[in-house]
Amino acid sequence: MKLRDIAHSRTGDKGDYSVISVIAYDLKDYPKLVREVTPEAVKKKFGTIVKGEIVRYEIPKLGGLIFNMEHALGGGVTRSLALDAHGKTLCYVMLDMDLTEN
Amino acid sequence: MKSIRVGSGAGTANDCIEPALVLLEHGNLDYLFFECLAERTLALANLRKKHDPQKGYDQQLQNRMGKVLDVYKRVKPNTKIISNMGAANPLEAARIIDAMCRERGLNLKVAAVIGDDVLGKIDKYYGLEVMETNRPLDKYRDILVNANAYTGCAGIVKALEMGSDIVITGRCADPSLTVGPCVHEFGWEMDDWKHLGCATIAGHLLECGAQVCGGYFADLDRKIVPDLWNVGFPIGTIYEDGTIEISKVEGTGGRIDEMTVKEQALYEIQDPANYMTPDVIADFTNLEIKEIEKNKVRVTGGCGKQKSGKLKVNCGYLDCYIGEGEMSYGGYGCVDRAKLAGECVVKRLERNGTKYTEIRVDIIGYDSLYTNCVEAQMRSEDPAECRLRVAARCADKENAEKVAYEVEALYCTGPAGGGGARRSVREIVSVASVLIDEKDVILEVVYPGGEKA
Repeated sequence: MKLRDIAHSRTGDKGDYSVISVIAYDLKDYPKLVREVTPEAVKKKFGTIVKGEIVRYEIPKLGGLIFNMEHALGGGVTRSLALDAHGKTLCYVMLDMDLTEN
Repeated sequence: MKSIRVGSGAGTANDCIEPALVLLEHGNLDYLFFECLAERTLALANLRKKHDPQKGYDQQLQNRMGKVLDVYKRVKPNTKIISNMGAANPLEAARIIDAMCRERGLNLKVAAVIGDDVLGKIDKYYGLEVMETNRPLDKYRDILVNANAYTGCAGIVKALEMGSDIVITGRCADPSLTVGPCVHEFGWEMDDWKHLGCATIAGHLLECGAQVCGGYFADLDRKIVPDLWNVGFPIGTIYEDGTIEISKVEGTGGRIDEMTVKEQALYEIQDPANYMTPDVIADFTNLEIKEIEKNKVRVTGGCGKQKSGKLKVNCGYLDCYIGEGEMSYGGYGCVDRAKLAGECVVKRLERNGTKYTEIRVDIIGYDSLYTNCVEAQMRSEDPAECRLRVAARCADKENAEKVAYEVEALYCTGPAGGGGARRSVREIVSVASVLIDEKDVILEVVYPGGEKA
């Protein structure tokens, strides 16, 4: 199962941080998100894209997680050499994460 | 219970204009705000002001306000306008809008809020540590372009109290464009943290325009958005007790439901329990988001805590130049030819002694967004076409130009079948942020004639 099967996501940016939300379509899937979409798993998925730490915030009432990914934007939107300097497309890497079937 | 209707007319400087006109005409709005500033936008506006002291306001000001004022003239809405389109020069922006009102025979009182520009007292702050780099601000002394503090709602509140119809600010924090009219209408105290928190959350939901109404949301299956091309901009009905209802004009495209509102609620907030603004620290963690009818969502449970008393200051500085070139390859082996072309460019830049501090060779359509280590997992087969992109950071324009020309030279000297070359050289103004005491910033309301409130 892919994360996109049970959640949607949007990317924002603050300086050199990429800020990505992950929101369960159905609140009953939220515990699975908490269990499997850990900062460690996200770090592994993003490979060399995220050079700093990843901090996760939980918002159980909305079934959402927020990931703050440090040094993910090539020095920040204003100076990045990347085509997508804001990293707006990064939520689709998140949604490509593999989850367990149950 | 008393409530006000606040419309969001722009979520970014170059946002669509037509949905805002629909809102103004059919939204039955008390207020319409336009959020048009970003860190870099403001730095570039300051550069324009440096070249010409009568510039430095939003570049779409005349275009956007012209269309807005035409609607005013035609339907005479009972709606006040608030915008940070003043950018680096709110007073000049107010003067231009004032003249545009007169041209149309409109008797609207225009006011500018000034005071966010702290470059004049920057000497005081050179010892402060820059948040992005942990270096002292002093290191940027000779290359600084501007220093603007994110300011809260106080200036807007004052201007509204003076009876202004159109309020133009500089670097006002995005949610404060909504908090201002709430404080003015409901008479909340400036330490009424709960209500300021609710209004800030309302501002956050509205400030990206269509993003709460199905804009930036559409995808397959469960994220289908009706008539996205005609997506409506949002209306926030904000009640005196802090309850928020998000809706849009009937007949516009898009969708408003729990999913779209949740996605915007959690957008770009770093810590949902501590969303810091100049007005308050808002708390999103206990929000309840409920669809109450089709395309209408109620948001309750907003909260706030005492603000930090510090203001973030964006200091723009002349950083570097980026030279960039692109070339497309198609058909069998296109990715390999694009890779070969990229290698040629890099070696030739070495051969002609081009100086750069950082270089990036991307193949658009193949690995430009996520780097190859991630894209390899997501890719099913090679594309029918792809596009080489070489971008390098250089200290000066001359070296940046060499990078861009070297890509174009692939026409005669690169692999077979390259086409559609483009090149660009951009001067990069980057942003360094510091935190200052809020007492250092005094906001003033100024009228087009220069008189102060």
